[in-house]
Amino acid sequence: MSYRRRPSPLHAARALIGSAYCVVLAAVALSFEHPLLLLAALAAVLIAAAGAGVGGAVARVLAWSLPFAALIAVINALVVRDGVTVIARLGSLPPLGQLDITREALAYGGVLGLRALVVIGCFALHSAAVDPDDLLRAFRRVSFRSALTAALATRLVPVLARDARRLSDAQRCRPGAPASRVAIMRAVTAGALDRAVDVAATLEVRGYGGAVRPPRRPRPWSRHDLAFASSALALAVLAGVAAAAGWEHFKAYPVTLAPLDGSVLALAGALLAVALLPFAERRGVGR
Amino acid sequence: MSALELERVTYRYPGAERPALRDVSLTVEPGEFVVLAGESGSGKSTLLRAGAGLVPHFHGGDFTGRLSAGGLDSREHGPAELAAVAGSLFQDPETQVVMGTVRAELAFPLENRGWSPAAVARGVEEAALALGVGALLDRATHELSGGELQRVALGAALAARPRLLLLDEPTSQLDPVAGDELLGVLRRINEEWGTAVVLAEHRLERCLAAADRVIALQDGAVICDADPRGFLGQAPEALLTPGARLFARAGITPAPVAVKDARATLRARGLLPEAAGPAVDSPPRFGRLRRRRAADAALAFERVWLEIPRGPAVLRGVQLALEGGERVALMGRNGAGKSTLLRLAAGLSEPTRGRVRSAGRVSLLLQHPGDYFLAERVGEELDADALVAAGLGELADRHPRDLSGGERQRLALAIVLAGEPPAAVCLDEPTRGMDRAHKDALAALLRDLAARGAAVLVATHDAEFAAAWAQRTVLMGDGTVVADAPTTEVLGGGWYFATQTARILGGHGGALLPEDGAALLRAPAVAVVL
Repeated sequence: MSYRRRPSPLHAARALIGSAYCVVLAAVALSFEHPLLLLAALAAVLIAAAGAGVGGAVARVLAWSLPFAALIAVINALVVRDGVTVIARLGSLPPLGQLDITREALAYGGVLGLRALVVIGCFALHSAAVDPDDLLRAFRRVSFRSALTAALATRLVPVLARDARRLSDAQRCRPGAPASRVAIMRAVTAGALDRAVDVAATLEVRGYGGAVRPPRRPRPWSRHDLAFASSALALAVLAGVAAAAGWEHFKAYPVTLAPLDGSVLALAGALLAVALLPFAERRGVGR
Repeated sequence: MSALELERVTYRYPGAERPALRDVSLTVEPGEFVVLAGESGSGKSTLLRAGAGLVPHFHGGDFTGRLSAGGLDSREHGPAELAAVAGSLFQDPETQVVMGTVRAELAFPLENRGWSPAAVARGVEEAALALGVGALLDRATHELSGGELQRVALGAALAARPRLLLLDEPTSQLDPVAGDELLGVLRRINEEWGTAVVLAEHRLERCLAAADRVIALQDGAVICDADPRGFLGQAPEALLTPGARLFARAGITPAPVAVKDARATLRARGLLPEAAGPAVDSPPRFGRLRRRRAADAALAFERVWLEIPRGPAVLRGVQLALEGGERVALMGRNGAGKSTLLRLAAGLSEPTRGRVRSAGRVSLLLQHPGDYFLAERVGEELDADALVAAGLGELADRHPRDLSGGERQRLALAIVLAGEPPAAVCLDEPTRGMDRAHKDALAALLRDLAARGAAVLVATHDAEFAAAWAQRTVLMGDGTVVADAPTTEVLGGGWYFATQTARILGGHGGALLPEDGAALLRAPAVAVVL
């Protein structure tokens, strides 16, 4: 997955604001445990991705992440001893000891997996809809060395990915059994240093090492900048108030409680509305 | 103030036995266009890297002497500071771009110098217009072709309007048309902006006409520093252009710097026909040819299409057949479909329509020979007999990455040819960055492979190389075959896809190489005809 400028409100917002929006959305997901709220956050990510024109790409990342989410659920069920409703007794397994799978541990594992999915979705949205060059430029004003490391790393990833594809093709041209993926990855890794040196040399001759702080680029706030900044702020306030006021009613152990009461439903609705409202404005999204 | 000045510079890479530069002294004045000539390993790239400050600041090693670029002494100023006065472009375009979009790439060096946003925006627009990449400004850099990447990288090197441009074979990835366009751009920048240009190049015939001076290097030392005509008068045979070799063999002096120059000399001596015309075959003739050949072909493409999902058709009904032992050059512009056709031949991709047939195994050598090596020792890549046969027996204990360009290519070719003899051997752009000696060796190898019965198909932009070994040349354009005829016809009649000898003689007598052209000029009967 890589960034490509598309005519969408999120792409039209400046990179720092777009990035903040995605990060806040992920943080909100980390602050909630109620499955309905997490599902609302997941829906918000998917609808936002569709609104940004990257729905397919984000959905594919989420589909690839499903086994990871399932693994989290299974591991939680295997290692957590809380919960009162035993649904399977697996006997004793060193070093874990007595393995009793409880419905509560499995359910909470599902909650953790769902939460991981939302976070992954947020970062997929970030990769696809936030301009990395703009973001790098903004961060470079704050920290030169971190930005240099990030520039090298971000540039090196696609170079190494291309190297891996080329190596794989070349190995298919060799007579005999094709080389294993491990062998190819080893060769790519061995060549990574050479490639990093090439990329670093290019950064040098483009004057990056001069450490001149790039000038601030005064840019009027667009309606999309304002909308996504407001949305990110509102999401943060919503999550903070919900936590402080105890609107989210969820208890994992010893018995799972996740009532669908009015406050949770209202919170889910508010989360969706606040997260998605910026996408309603389509004026000025092109370049 | 000189644009570039070296005073008794000697440099040795870390761990190297011999210096890469030896006692080099030279001066490049503002507004000069200097071509660096020399065989592989002569020190051209090192000299350019020294001018950019990468030598010794980035690469380390032992550096003695003094180098200043735009008045900045490289002992006191690093590459980032020298970047303010010297723009650089190296060989591999893939590692020459560091940002995600073309616009950001062009803006990057300007922002690094602290330019104001308005100045950055203007610099980006002007560099984009100068390099003809205006339409690409909002494209992602990872989507660009090699040729497009090279232009964007050159734009980034030029954007800050440096006083000095250091270019290491910038046309090696480009087709003849794009290469000429790029050289035209460089010449214009040199003339209109007064930017000094130092350009390292193997194919001197492409750039000599634009040069004010030629500096030739051998084993790291300057062996010639003269204007183009003076260079041709004293350069070693290996560095002479085809035009100069044509004149030398025909006993005509002085050696020509450019085609126009050569034609004027020949015309003055009554040796040039007034209307020597091209003879490119027309497509209808090839229909009969391909039907006759496809049945017993070593390699055949039968109405092959390759259509990208939600993208363009890269190949459009290609019909082509090669017999065993046939030597065929595949030429055409960047993006014409040459590499794709070779990938289909080797089974790396499948056609979306039509089919590819072969009489046996198809060996394919892709553009980067290093991609074939996985082992830590050359001896682990191939058995001892095969290594000896490839002339690499003494290198068995070396790491494949430590081999020279020519040795890497021989090893990679030996790897793909190992085992049962292939029905066809395909090579994709094998001469990038190669000097003439290596090209001659490769041409001999290809003739040998064909003599052993393999059909040989080589995609190349190098008309001189194609003329040296190919019996037949296929010219592709926009995914189709636009010409398929004997090499003498295709390369003898084109404007861009033609050898320098053919351009000088107008394709007369089918002469493509200096030797053939000289024989033609010397022959009494021809002289009478002319």
